[in-house]
Amino acid sequence: MIYFEIFLAFLIPGILGYGGGPASIPLVEREVVDTYGWMTTGEFAETLALGNALPGPILTKMGAYIGYETAGVLGSVVAVAASVLPSLLVMVVLASLLYKLKGTNKFKTLTSLIRPVIAILMAMIVVDFLTNSIEVSGYYHTAFLIVASFILLQIIKLHPAFVILFGLIYGALFIR
Amino acid sequence: MHWQIFKAFLRIGLLGFGGGPSSIPLVKLEVVDKYKWMTNEEFQDVLAIANVLPGPIITKVAGYITYQLKGWLGVINSLVAMILPTAVLMTVLLALFTGFKDLDWVQGMSAGVVPVVLVMLAVLTFEFLQTAKSAMTWKFLIPFTLGMLFILEFLNIHPAIVIIIIIVLSLLQKDKKEETS
Repeated sequence: MIYFEIFLAFLIPGILGYGGGPASIPLVEREVVDTYGWMTTGEFAETLALGNALPGPILTKMGAYIGYETAGVLGSVVAVAASVLPSLLVMVVLASLLYKLKGTNKFKTLTSLIRPVIAILMAMIVVDFLTNSIEVSGYYHTAFLIVASFILLQIIKLHPAFVILFGLIYGALFIR
Repeated sequence: MHWQIFKAFLRIGLLGFGGGPSSIPLVKLEVVDKYKWMTNEEFQDVLAIANVLPGPIITKVAGYITYQLKGWLGVINSLVAMILPTAVLMTVLLALFTGFKDLDWVQGMSAGVVPVVLVMLAVLTFEFLQTAKSAMTWKFLIPFTLGMLFILEFLNIHPAIVIIIIIVLSLLQKDKKEETS
């Protein structure tokens, strides 16, 4: 049953992947290419490259496309639901439980100790992006774009939409 | 309210380059700054809980926030708004133009947006440390953060394990004890 296979192929990466959608992509590749053979490694890499060029969460974009290619619109819906819903359901339950403690000292300790950890996890993504950008665009473009977007976002307080647009246009014109 | 949820998460989906986690600053912008559905502290708590669990981050965060606002209908609304447009765009582009992603300017665009997203994430990281600072002294925060960095990055302990340990230790804390913060 193809829908059940699609469900499993996206359920497992959603449960095992840690650190957001992008972290689950290699697990999706294993299911889609190795386990079920719906795509070759090359096709998967090409799909991923296009997915990365477009906005929006990557795991759901991949799910939607691969599900559609494999079993039409319904396949697409199954893939997206399988990757999103299980962790979301657990999140709603867990968050509601923890929020019962709100206002207590336990909750205060919990949140103040967790914040530095989350800050480190985000700082790690920042470092990844920095290395990636230097690799792809070089030092000068990277340094210029960082300084320019910092000024536009934090000092001029331009809406992020315009700053993102600026990055896209700059990239299209000057980064080859 | 539903229309606002739809608009907010549509914008997040259309502007979020670099995958879900990179779009988190955009969620904060809509949910905290623009519509004031929650305070910055509450938003940071939601993000913290989302980081305990496996699976995609952005859908967990969006889903939970909209569940609080409008129940399951709100969840469906936000997820559809955030996921559907670019998922359709991707399918259509792949079906119509096979050489699309090889175009120089498309690759340039995706490279050019990376530093912008990086700055947005760095600002959010800094805000996290600022909020943490308001609940404790630098004397505690700096060594604690460096210690956590060591554990996560150099000892390679899984972040979920670290967060679960913090949750368990905090829950074991006696509630009557006065906190010196």
